[in-house]
Amino acid sequence: MPLIEFDNLKKSYGAVNALNGLSLKIPKGVLYGLLGPNGAGKSTAIKILCTLLDPDSGKATLSGLDVIRNQKITRSKIGYVAQEVAIDKILTGRELLELQGDLYHLDFSYKQNQIENLIKRLNMMQWIDRRCGSYSGGMRRRIDLASGLLHDPELLILDEPTVGLDIESRSAIWDLLRELRNDGKTILLSSHYLEEVDALADQIAIIDKGRVIAEGKPQDLKKELGGDRVTLRVREFSNQNESEQVRELLSSVKGVRQAVVNQSQGFSLNLVVDNESVLALLRDKLESSQYEVFALSHSRPSLDDVYLQATGRTLMDAELATAGKRNLKLESKQSMR
Amino acid sequence: MTTTNPQQNSQINEFILETIALTKRLFLQLIRRPSTLIAGIIQPLIWLLLFGALFSNAPENLIPGGDSYGKFLGAGVIVFTAFSGALNAGLPVMFDREFGFLNRLLVAPLTSRNSIIFSSVIYITLISLLQSLAIMITAYFLDYGWPGISGLIIVLITLILLVFSVTALSLGLAFALPGHIELIAVIFVVNLPLLFASTALAPISYMPKWLGWLASINPLTFAIEPIRAAYAGPVDLSIPILNAPYGAISGYQCLAILLGLSVGLFLLISPLLNRKLA
Repeated sequence: MPLIEFDNLKKSYGAVNALNGLSLKIPKGVLYGLLGPNGAGKSTAIKILCTLLDPDSGKATLSGLDVIRNQKITRSKIGYVAQEVAIDKILTGRELLELQGDLYHLDFSYKQNQIENLIKRLNMMQWIDRRCGSYSGGMRRRIDLASGLLHDPELLILDEPTVGLDIESRSAIWDLLRELRNDGKTILLSSHYLEEVDALADQIAIIDKGRVIAEGKPQDLKKELGGDRVTLRVREFSNQNESEQVRELLSSVKGVRQAVVNQSQGFSLNLVVDNESVLALLRDKLESSQYEVFALSHSRPSLDDVYLQATGRTLMDAELATAGKRNLKLESKQSMR
Repeated sequence: MTTTNPQQNSQINEFILETIALTKRLFLQLIRRPSTLIAGIIQPLIWLLLFGALFSNAPENLIPGGDSYGKFLGAGVIVFTAFSGALNAGLPVMFDREFGFLNRLLVAPLTSRNSIIFSSVIYITLISLLQSLAIMITAYFLDYGWPGISGLIIVLITLILLVFSVTALSLGLAFALPGHIELIAVIFVVNLPLLFASTALAPISYMPKWLGWLASINPLTFAIEPIRAAYAGPVDLSIPILNAPYGAISGYQCLAILLGLSVGLFLLISPLLNRKLA
């Protein structure tokens, strides 16, 4: 039995369909990544699982129990680290953890023990007795993570855990998540950072427009896609005409599966080729046609390519497309209790 | 004989634990950021000093019974202090809603989410009583009198009933309105007009007829008059203490109206709270 199951979840905010029939099964003991651009519906699905939102239709279960009908049990099993860290600036970190422990009805000595352990584990000794208002983003995130772990939940949920963090804090959080996973905890993580999901997750689901468009292990998804990726420029700033000519020229080379002109990267050429040996053929073809190779990079498929394959656009393009359209103020009002 | 099973017992314990934890948080905030508490005392003090001075030479027949204006004003300012304090009850809840802290509380397996409301009510009641006590002590040193022991009990009961009603109203607004700006606007609009349309600053006999009517249905008046009676001397709540245009109202009736208002307002907002905290 999967630990978490989303079954055909639908949720809309006014005219915006946040979830459009999202279905997903998440097994126990894995670090599961939800990847998708901002506005894809990741946070909405997580809020439904955490009992903060009711779906319009569909069902979410945790250990086979419907989360809507078993809210208290669900809440006691989940540690939730929200996207926007809601912290009481006046309390110290320790007081915040104590409050959290009382709200989860932890026994006094167990609570104190857990707090001390987490302070050490998350390296918070230096500043835990300072007021939260003085904390940096990384400190806030760590105190929030400690809150989520305080009652030793079966499932830890993190919504965009490293957004806006410095590299050091991010790597500290990644290390901790790996440790927790190795200890057998199930972790559900949402992110719009490809490298984060790629580096951390055992399994992932790519979400777009409120639906799952691909799921599996990151390496399998990339392998299934096949081919190598080549980005190529014949001069620093080509115009569209020149790039189109080069695209036509290279499309005929044996081993080139796909060639597109990437407008958002200054008309560079993005190619999918069979393997590394095709690179030499590309160079030969360009030289014989009086073109120089200004820049050429070669890589294995990334999760962005998986996303591109499924949706026809890169994750970055999807981000840019939704960035201007979202009314974050309205969304926040609509999700406010 | 009623018995409670262990599960019920533990639920009650959990509820108490939650409520204490949430109330403790509110008091920690207050201790570390006492400006609202201090402002809540200073504002009514200014009323007491300035209004007391402004009308110190008022004609003797202005106040029924021939008391000084300062003595008359005292009860009004005490009630106004408790009222203003309770009117702000919704603000911390509104900030928690807006800044997402409420979500942190709502993902916790609380035994009853009423603990969120209970903690606010306990906190505001204690703070309002504390502020009122500060005003009472100042009024005593200004020679505006002090109620006896039985009078003090009446003051306490009256203030608690008023604070409960106004807290219910404020908490209801905190969940009904979209943000703290709107809540502050409502508080701003409601606060002073309710003071002026009550018997805090002048007796009904001094008011034009329409204002007398308004003052006679204003909840503040039903709190001011028993406290004024408690200050005036031997307390007898069964005799009329308010000569309203629609008839004489006794002290017990004033308190019954406040009790009815508290219960009524909590019943009125409970569907909203149930929905928002479901």
